Amino acid sequence: MAELLQILISGLSSGAIYALAAVGFTLLWQASQTINFAQGEFVMLPAFFVLAGMTLFGLPLWAAILTAFVLSIVILGAMFKKLVVEPMLPHGTMPLVIATIALGLLMKESVKEFYSAQGQPFPSLFPQHVMNVFGASVSVQDLCNLAVAFAAIIALQLFLQRTRTGRAMQATAQDPRVAEILGVDVKRMVMYTFLINGALAAIASILISPVYLAKFSNGETLGMIAFIAAIVGGFNQIRGALVGGLLIGVLDNLAAVYISAEYRTAIPLILLIVIIMVRPQGIMGTSEGRTV
Amino acid sequence: MTAFRILFLITFSVALLFAPIGQSNYIIYILCSWLIFSISAMGLNLTLGYAGQISLAQAAFMGIGAYVTALLTMAGMHWLVAVFCSISATFLIGLALGYPALRVQHHFLAFVTLAFNALVFLVLRNEEWLTGGSLGLVGIPRPVFGPFDTMKQLPFYYFTVVCFLVTAGAMAWMLHSPWGRAFKALRENPIRANSLGLNTTRMTLLAFAIGSSMAGLAGALQAPLVQFIEPGSFTLILSLKILLMVIVGGSGYFFGPILGAALVVLLPEMLRFTDGYYLIIYALLVLVVMIFSPQGLLGLGRKLLIAMKPRKERGDLKQGAQL
Repeated sequence: MAELLQILISGLSSGAIYALAAVGFTLLWQASQTINFAQGEFVMLPAFFVLAGMTLFGLPLWAAILTAFVLSIVILGAMFKKLVVEPMLPHGTMPLVIATIALGLLMKESVKEFYSAQGQPFPSLFPQHVMNVFGASVSVQDLCNLAVAFAAIIALQLFLQRTRTGRAMQATAQDPRVAEILGVDVKRMVMYTFLINGALAAIASILISPVYLAKFSNGETLGMIAFIAAIVGGFNQIRGALVGGLLIGVLDNLAAVYISAEYRTAIPLILLIVIIMVRPQGIMGTSEGRTV
Repeated sequence: MTAFRILFLITFSVALLFAPIGQSNYIIYILCSWLIFSISAMGLNLTLGYAGQISLAQAAFMGIGAYVTALLTMAGMHWLVAVFCSISATFLIGLALGYPALRVQHHFLAFVTLAFNALVFLVLRNEEWLTGGSLGLVGIPRPVFGPFDTMKQLPFYYFTVVCFLVTAGAMAWMLHSPWGRAFKALRENPIRANSLGLNTTRMTLLAFAIGSSMAGLAGALQAPLVQFIEPGSFTLILSLKILLMVIVGGSGYFFGPILGAALVVLLPEMLRFTDGYYLIIYALLVLVVMIFSPQGLLGLGRKLLIAMKPRKERGDLKQGAQL
């Protein structure tokens, strides 16, 4: 029982971080039909902004994190939108898929060549000690990660539902043409979505890197898990991505302990295939109209 | 077929015949691997360029083909039997994977195939009793056809050329058959194709399975070429590389994947002087090609050709416009 609780909490904690990446992924899809195959690398990179700020420019941790946050919003948000997505959108999804795959490769290889090929220890924001809850040892770091990730998602949800800009963004996602007629600045709303994705990626990156070390190849698994979480939960729902992320975090940890460590990575993949076959719109999703 | 096209085909075949003469074993190896990846990329072109579905499992199918051939030939069977098994196995697995997966299309199919690729890797790595685990299989024999032994590099090259030409011929024949036309109709306008009575699901499934079986053939050639296979050679990265071959060359063009395969296989050799920056330059090149010409290099070529040619206006259209 104590062991189960322990697994559940650490699963939820990593799941909440996956959910951040998955939410960003769904937001981009909703706003501009962009399937970002580089999402995993988007989560990998900000940690290296922090590390570079600290080692190369001698910034203290908080300043480095702040700089990394701004850099992620500018580079992974605005520049990604302007330089990569915008020129390609008129040509349909296919070239964009290829381009984001290439972009992911570019980011990964650049970090490997210009920073380091080894996993880098990343300073933790939270105390490392372990608490005893009902006989289970629960790390404070896990609890804090869970809290921060949830706070970010709740803040996002409130922003989208309670503010004028947020509602305009939702309108844009639902039907850009009607939104435009109603006076929404569609282009700006799409840009906001990309900025938010950059910010979410930065938060996820800073939360997850102390747990797994910052490494150039982190994006491969993270990206895959983000896609799977987004699809399992429902591609067109933010709460779907949240549920998907948490579910995969927990399942992954359960599988590692109770099934087999060798096939641990297979569990999310099998879940993905099953969900796509049985309920392609995802657990929480509503089905989208299909032409053929 | 225009005279230009025939001339091009003859030059291409002659170039294939004479390319390896006097070259080192390593160059011949590179040429073989170009031809093998061309076969695999042509298969993906059928799925992607003609049927319009993104598949990220081409490397997994190559892996299945390679392992089946490796296991059977190492057990003493002839390569011809093994390749037949490889092709049928990948065709059937393609059908089995495609049948449920094609209910959801486009990006969903991309994800399902991506997951499939990762699963195949896990099975190849973990089932040591069959696949040798992460150490792989060593010492795969090369085929012998009576007096023609492909143990040496040059004969193996000609053997690969024959396989390549047969596949390319079959592909060309198929594309000109009613099937091929149905595939194109599917890509151009699936709704119209459907309303004209084409069973779009069945045609897409068929394209996917045939494309997969071509990867199986490529794998069956890859195993005896390298004589060593391991799960790490068939990961997602290879699937992405094959996808890039098709896209960069020009998807939906017959020669697109062949050109793309040449670029992807030969580029590392040409960029060797850049050391570790090869992949960075490569990724940048792909981004640039995608931004400036989403139709790939052959698409770019065609655009330039059309821009340079004087436009021939059809008289009847002009007349019609004045009415």
